[in-house]
Amino acid sequence: MSELPPFVLYYFAAFLVLALPVKVRSIILLATPVITALHLWFNVDTGILSTYSLFNFELTIMRTDKLSLLFAYLFCLASFISTIFALRLRDIRQDIAGLLYPGSTLGAVFAGDLITLFIFWELMAVSSVIFIWARGTKRAIYAGMRYLVFKVMSGACLLAGALVLYHSTGSLAFDYIGLEGLAGWLIFISFGIKCAFPLLHGWLTEGYAEATPTGTVFLSAFTTKVAVYALARGFAGEEILIYIGVIMACFPIFYAVIENDLRKVLAYSLINQVGFMVTGVGVGTALALNGAVAHAFIDVIFKGLLFMTMGAVLYRVGHINGSNLGGLYKSMPKTAAFCIVGALSISAFPLFSGFVSKSMIMTAMVQEDYSYLWLFMLFASAGVFHHAGIKIPYFAFFAHDSGLRPKEAPVNMLIAMGLSAILCIFIGTQPQYLYSMLPWAVDYWPYDMTHVLAQLQLLFFSALAFVWLNKQGIYPPELRSTNLDVEWIYRKFIPAGIHRGLFVFRTARESAITAVIAPMRSIRNSFSQSFFARYHLSESWPTGSMVYWISIILVAYLLLDIFVYE
Amino acid sequence: MMQGHLCILLVVIPLFAAPIAAILPRGRLPWAAALIVTSVCFVLAGMQLWSVVQDGVVSYELGGWAPPWGIEYRIDAVNAFMALIVSGIAAVTLPYALLSAEKEIPEHLIPLFYSAFLLCFTGLLGITLTGDIFNVFVFLEISSLSSYALISLGRKRQALTSAYQYLIMGTLGATFFLIGVGLIYSQTGTLNMVDLAARLPQVSSLNTIHTGFAFIITGIALKLALFPLHLWLPNAYTYAPSVITLFLSATATKVAVYVMLRILFSVFPSDFVSTTPTGDLFLLSGIAGIISASVYAIYQVDVKRLLAYSSVAQIGYIALGIGFASFTSLTATLVHLFNHALMKGALFMAIGSIIYRVGKCHMDSIHGLGRQMPWTFGAIIVGGFSLIGVPGTAGFISKWYLVLTAIEQDSWISVVVILVGSLLAAVYIGKLIEALYFKPAVDSNPAVNEVPFSMLAPTWILVLANIYFGLNTELTVGVAEHAIRVLGVTAE
Repeated sequence: MSELPPFVLYYFAAFLVLALPVKVRSIILLATPVITALHLWFNVDTGILSTYSLFNFELTIMRTDKLSLLFAYLFCLASFISTIFALRLRDIRQDIAGLLYPGSTLGAVFAGDLITLFIFWELMAVSSVIFIWARGTKRAIYAGMRYLVFKVMSGACLLAGALVLYHSTGSLAFDYIGLEGLAGWLIFISFGIKCAFPLLHGWLTEGYAEATPTGTVFLSAFTTKVAVYALARGFAGEEILIYIGVIMACFPIFYAVIENDLRKVLAYSLINQVGFMVTGVGVGTALALNGAVAHAFIDVIFKGLLFMTMGAVLYRVGHINGSNLGGLYKSMPKTAAFCIVGALSISAFPLFSGFVSKSMIMTAMVQEDYSYLWLFMLFASAGVFHHAGIKIPYFAFFAHDSGLRPKEAPVNMLIAMGLSAILCIFIGTQPQYLYSMLPWAVDYWPYDMTHVLAQLQLLFFSALAFVWLNKQGIYPPELRSTNLDVEWIYRKFIPAGIHRGLFVFRTARESAITAVIAPMRSIRNSFSQSFFARYHLSESWPTGSMVYWISIILVAYLLLDIFVYE
Repeated sequence: MMQGHLCILLVVIPLFAAPIAAILPRGRLPWAAALIVTSVCFVLAGMQLWSVVQDGVVSYELGGWAPPWGIEYRIDAVNAFMALIVSGIAAVTLPYALLSAEKEIPEHLIPLFYSAFLLCFTGLLGITLTGDIFNVFVFLEISSLSSYALISLGRKRQALTSAYQYLIMGTLGATFFLIGVGLIYSQTGTLNMVDLAARLPQVSSLNTIHTGFAFIITGIALKLALFPLHLWLPNAYTYAPSVITLFLSATATKVAVYVMLRILFSVFPSDFVSTTPTGDLFLLSGIAGIISASVYAIYQVDVKRLLAYSSVAQIGYIALGIGFASFTSLTATLVHLFNHALMKGALFMAIGSIIYRVGKCHMDSIHGLGRQMPWTFGAIIVGGFSLIGVPGTAGFISKWYLVLTAIEQDSWISVVVILVGSLLAAVYIGKLIEALYFKPAVDSNPAVNEVPFSMLAPTWILVLANIYFGLNTELTVGVAEHAIRVLGVTAE
């Protein structure tokens, strides 16, 4: 049984959902992650378990070790919680996507070679875009298209990198790759797109904000985490990742603070959290890698929780603009409470889950003497508390009363949020269980005096700043606005550039026509009135052009053959 | 007894069936005759491939005249593979043809339609099976003349002009071929391919031979619609009846590719590709063709025309493979030839189904049909994915081999071109899917149902073949590698 790849279970379940009546659908949806997790727990050992051959290559479809197993458990957990959250949906497209997407993710995590990874990489892209398109609005369809283009580019880079690597080393194994040569960079860029590196992140902020309320919960859990996993396996300890990670942790804060669409705020804060993980991978010591992996694990839970609370608000209210919300705690108290738990976790409050993993990365940075960058990360931590820890719950549930009195979220959503909230607090207070599952052996305990004090200082001063800025009226108000990000380049700048380019081309062509063709035309006209015109064959497209082309080719061919080639 | 005559039966049966179909009464009898003939030919072609793979080359002397004087049919793995593709596609096409042809072709012309179809079929099989280069010309003309007639039967009046233009251009190509054959004959005194292969090395430095070679290559390049000699193809494919579009796109250009391979690698000394501009010509036109035809395809508003341009782009991939002229690249060429027949067959069948229901295939008039015709839409999705080269479909296998070849040859520009080509294919297929599924239905269109089973079944046979050959590559790649070895190219 050990060699059964877990994605097969998910795909089979997707088939069952299609084939069986609606009544049993929920059972299948809920049972799949549980069965898969049990299968992984009881049956699967570590090592290379299952190979297959595709055109003369021996490919590894299932290679397990502690790193991939940890991510696999995480993905089972995330798909279980997200499925509960989406249970009442009754939308077959999203049900199927909710099985195919996590299934493909599991396939990617266990892929032992780059070709298998590429196949699941593409399947993830295709299955996840359904969550955006299912929203059905015109904006969502176009956002989905752009999302898909990014993902296909990422896949193309991965495939090209894999082929170049195979050409130069003769191996397709997915192990440490490193940034040497074209292959390394191609694969790095491919992972980078999925990881939402700065300037490559447009698909994330745009796509996640346009997806369905439940879809974003799925989307936030898998794609970027697989990319972090892939980076940890292929590029651990590459120094450039530290700088990229620091930029990723810092720049979204500014956007998040001024953004009005609260799910977009969360999307920016997702990039910021992934920045912490990327930094951890870049530092590359056992502690840092453990921190990155642990942070990925925890982030899925609390970011999922935050997206769920915002999804619940979107589901009940119909929009998610900070400027038009507020006071919802009166009618959605449970959702508000869960949101606060998620906010405390993401802000790394002691006793909440974010604290136990973020401190690992920060400690590892200090140990490796990256003090200046460490200061930037401190700034990023404070920024997180600002935009995700305070802004999200404050503007959605408190602030000025918007007068909206929606109903409390449905039971299944509450259960899903509750589960996540319990996990946040459990991991935050009892981190030893998570630590014992981490892939590298490390002796670390987050709750010592310096850490707790430093973190609390940071948080309280950050909170103070928010309160003071808000009181003075300096804090950027929630405005209905569109903020420009990199997507402006390909949504506005390039189309405008092409437009302008076409205009210049057209003008140039017109002037060329007047300068060259007009005289020729007058020659032709005088020719057609002459005696010879009787023998002039009338133009008949395309036969005429065809004769023209075939004679050109024949003549060129013969001349080249006789004079150029031997 | 039967085994020895397989190859001649494959040509003679459809040849004699053609006039019979013409004189049969109107109704479904001509169709039934054609169906029986193509199915029998399919079985015979399968037996032939089996026997060739088992026992090696078969040589059949027509009328008992010994080669090189008489005409020889010489069957090896390449011919047999091609004959199987042609008859296989014909056998899948005919069940589909019944309703589609009844809808698109005037009733009194139906017997003639099937008669011309069988003649075209005869010609294509003849080209693949014969071992005599002049005989290739004869069969080329049989298949071409009948296909001009078939194209002119299209629903619109433009079918007539496009058939006429194709006639002029096709004749041009055939004439070039004939001039080339004449020049070669003047120096070697033989028309038998095996004999030619033995005699050509002694005279290969003569300018006459080189000129003849150039004429033959350009002539066939026109027949296989090598960019920029593709101008006949978009009109012909767009205005032909759906059945003919699908049959010609899946077989006619493929047979021309076969003739090209045969002449380049087993008739002429195989270093001709590298010592003449041939290899570079194919690379250049392949690269230009992939990019420009894909871009043209994006801007088409007629779905058949879109797919026709996409065919030109796919021929670009085939040309790339021929241009590299290595063992892997030619394997890729043959595999792509087979896979492209599968995917274009499936796509044109699905589009034909839409025409059957709606009567047109303009981009604006198919809005929302994907929701009303789910199975046809499914076929378009899988066929389209195969065209893009999504893993798990046949198209991925051939793209994969092509990219491998390009990397092997250190031709980075081709790698980029192949990948960009796939991206452009994703754009035009995306456009098609968007129109079919995401756009709201046109009000003036009445709601339609799925097409009958007799049209869906052949479509889905090809669709499933796309998936099957995307997962199991043993048959296609194995046979292709064997065939390339037979042509005389070996792996270094």
